Amino acid sequence: MTHIAKPKVRHPGLERNAAGLTRRDYEGSMSTLCAGCGHDSITAAIIETFYRLGIPPERVAKLSGIGCSAKTPAYFLGQAHGFNGVHGRMPALATGAGAANRELVCIGISGDGDSLSIGLGQLSHAIRRNVNMLYIIENNGVYGLTKGQFSASADIGSKSKRGEPNRQRPIDPVFLALTLGATFVARSFSGDKKQLVPILEAAIAHDGFALVDVVSPCVTFNDHEASTKSYRHTRERDRPVVVADFVPPATEITASYEGGSVRDVTMHNGSVVRFRKVPEDYDPNDRDAVYAYLRERQQAGELPTGLLYIDPDADEMHEVCETLEAPLHNLPFEDLCPGREALAEIQARFR
Amino acid sequence: MPRGNPAAARPQRRSATRSNDFAVKIATVNGTGSASANSLLLQAIFRMGVPVSGKNLFPSNIQGLPTWYEIRASGEGHTARADAFDIFVAMNPATYERDIAEVRPGGWVLHDSSWPLAQSLRRSDVQFLGIPLAKMCVDRFDRSRERILMKNIGYLGALAALLEVEVPVVEQLLEENFGRKKALLDSNFEAFRMGYDYATEHFDGPLPIRLERMDANGDAILIDGNTAAALGCVYAGATVAAWYPITPSTSLVDAFTGFCRSYRVDPETKRNRFCILQAEDELAAAGMVLGANWAGARAFTATSGPGISLMSEFIGLAYYAEIPSVFFDIQRTGPSTGMPTRTQQGDLMPVVYASHGDTKHIALLPADPRECFEFAVHAFDLAERFQTPVFVVSDLDIAMNDWVVPALAWDDAYRPDRGKVLDAQQLEDIQNFSRYLDVDGDGIPYRTLPGVHPNGAYFTRGSGHDAYGKYTEDAGPYTEVVDRIARKVASAATVVPAPEVEKTRRARYGVITVGGCRRAVLEARDRLKKQGIALDYMRVRAFPFHDDVAAFAASHELTFVVEQNRDAQLRTLLMVEAGVPADKLASVRAYGGQPLGAGEVVAGVLDHLGRASQRAAGGAA
Repeated sequence: MTHIAKPKVRHPGLERNAAGLTRRDYEGSMSTLCAGCGHDSITAAIIETFYRLGIPPERVAKLSGIGCSAKTPAYFLGQAHGFNGVHGRMPALATGAGAANRELVCIGISGDGDSLSIGLGQLSHAIRRNVNMLYIIENNGVYGLTKGQFSASADIGSKSKRGEPNRQRPIDPVFLALTLGATFVARSFSGDKKQLVPILEAAIAHDGFALVDVVSPCVTFNDHEASTKSYRHTRERDRPVVVADFVPPATEITASYEGGSVRDVTMHNGSVVRFRKVPEDYDPNDRDAVYAYLRERQQAGELPTGLLYIDPDADEMHEVCETLEAPLHNLPFEDLCPGREALAEIQARFR
Repeated sequence: MPRGNPAAARPQRRSATRSNDFAVKIATVNGTGSASANSLLLQAIFRMGVPVSGKNLFPSNIQGLPTWYEIRASGEGHTARADAFDIFVAMNPATYERDIAEVRPGGWVLHDSSWPLAQSLRRSDVQFLGIPLAKMCVDRFDRSRERILMKNIGYLGALAALLEVEVPVVEQLLEENFGRKKALLDSNFEAFRMGYDYATEHFDGPLPIRLERMDANGDAILIDGNTAAALGCVYAGATVAAWYPITPSTSLVDAFTGFCRSYRVDPETKRNRFCILQAEDELAAAGMVLGANWAGARAFTATSGPGISLMSEFIGLAYYAEIPSVFFDIQRTGPSTGMPTRTQQGDLMPVVYASHGDTKHIALLPADPRECFEFAVHAFDLAERFQTPVFVVSDLDIAMNDWVVPALAWDDAYRPDRGKVLDAQQLEDIQNFSRYLDVDGDGIPYRTLPGVHPNGAYFTRGSGHDAYGKYTEDAGPYTEVVDRIARKVASAATVVPAPEVEKTRRARYGVITVGGCRRAVLEARDRLKKQGIALDYMRVRAFPFHDDVAAFAASHELTFVVEQNRDAQLRTLLMVEAGVPADKLASVRAYGGQPLGAGEVVAGVLDHLGRASQRAAGGAA
């Protein structure tokens, strides 16, 4: 069994969001992942995010590929459609679903094996196409379901549980996304829900492809002493260098911040991403500067996290395709079929 | 024949003039613009009311390799690929030898006499008609590209004179094609006249094979299968297409794009009522089609054999997770890359059983462009009704060549069959929705779309699941679902297009064929009948097979199975899926990559019967 239904016990006094729903309405079935798995913390952050945004669950499509990460859509938003596809091919399913119904909030959950090995091509092209979706990589450096092989994100020198070191260069999804022209790039840590939730809120508000790489330790196969994706190692290196708050549309901004410059980025839906506590001269709109900064910090042995780069104005897939504002899947047939007279007109060309 | 050369032999007028019964083959170099001249000739014959076909035998190359175009006119309506050619237009010195060898005895070779033709190439049983096209084009045209292009219109002019193609018909076509570019139109007129006048002055024309206006085409159209299939997708209401370029399927999506731009742009906002995604590969294309159908759009892809191989994993997912999806497989010569611009029917079994594990799919098997249009519409209805992938299995010959077919018909009362999809109100009332439960006992469950109602939520998965959509690794719940799916797909046999049948009284033998073999088989049947061999005819038009298929085979002593692949895939399917005993089925195959001709079918049948009678004689002795 990979899911166990949760008992539906509800306290009448539970807090409700703008949609009149409680946090419980955003939960899914019980996780069957290992106790302490980073993925479960990400699941909790997703539940919190959707609750805060007040998005009715049925407007969401949850998609995944294959692997431990792929199981997680069952554990949140039980009232949303889920699609557990084939390995590394979730981006294509999400692209198609989004093409058919652009009103769906598409959220893709992937892992480092699913995204950076078998699915590297599809990830790259979803970025290139700027598909409007939130794409989370639950990154643990290891293949969990097949019991502990290195994945493409494993760092050089990181050791397997048996003590063998990885000797191949890692593929870093953040650098990859920046290089490919991704319009929203973030990195976080499953152990830092406070940072992760506003990032996810902003990612959902973003019109286009939002990549969120979340280091999510595998307690069973990659949380040991010599692993670079363990809880301990990640905590030691994690530098939340970019702190961004998410301010929903039509909310009065009242909080004041001490010191440092504050920079607001307004999203298409009217929400605001407020960057504070960013390094001096850090510009989250300047792709090259962000890349250079991250590279420098990485070489200094740090793991810089936060909402690292954003371009809220790039055209997403439907803008490029000049698709109708209304979703295609339920257009009236009369608007789609040219009819008998037109067929006669068309056939005149073939006589 | 050249008048200036009294030594040349007189044409052999062995028989009286034959009208509307000839085949021309034009040999050129690809990339030199001959396609337009060849197509003009085809259209002109069509407009003269004469049944005609054009077969483009082209290389997988953009410029510089040999290419041929065959035109067969047949007042009797036999428009399968010709078995022999009366006239060769030999414009490519690189293939002179094989081209000249291919002309039937008593035929003609029209060649460019700007340069002398080697004596070694000459045949005494063929007339050589030399016309200095290159020389005349250099004299008349200034630009180098024009000098090359106009040679083609030059031989068109010569053919018009030799075959009595009506000049006003050609002029009208030139007007329609180039009317908007005055200079180009003038050049075309001049080149046409140049060839026409030269042939009139120098050759003893018209030839004893010639055209005569008739009225056999009625309201027919001249169209290729990919264009017709694309039109079917537009009319069926498909809104999402995802694809990866591959010959010979590319022109289907190109045509779909063109029709959408004409008929699917919102007049007010100028925004598109369609979304066409050129994917990064066939895997992604298939995934996008599944995703879009899952979300409720009618979505399709068009590909060829190599693409089907790549899409197989997603095809299995669509089958098991029961996601409607439409795949056009425009077959080409395999295996592997094979011969990308040559035709074959090598994907029958790969399509029917596509993907690992137990899978079996609905496949529609059109014979010509008209059926490509009709089956495209059927495919979307069947896919949604049965919640499964549906294949339209065409081939390069059908897809890329122009065929004369009856006009396409459309009933404005048509509405798509969206199958069992629960709407918000139904979901509000249902409370407990189970995705894979056989509620109605017909093997077809109810489905829901994302974005509609929280009660409709379920987890679509390719992993083991039970009737409630929940993950399972238990034998009972697993087999319950896969057995139901098998029943569901099998039940499509009575709904898919029924076989086409033509019977004779008391025929001992039958013939079963498929797809684009149709016209060759029907012609072969006529010819065999003249030799006293009567054949009942059946063409399967879909898989799973209709019950009539097995009954047809059972009612004949022997049934010939005509198809275009090496391994007799249709015959195997008839044995395995319709239960026809092997000894009741004799295989006739052609798989060299060219469209099937009636001669090959006749030869195949006679060969079997000859061997059978030898065996009988041997047994008696």
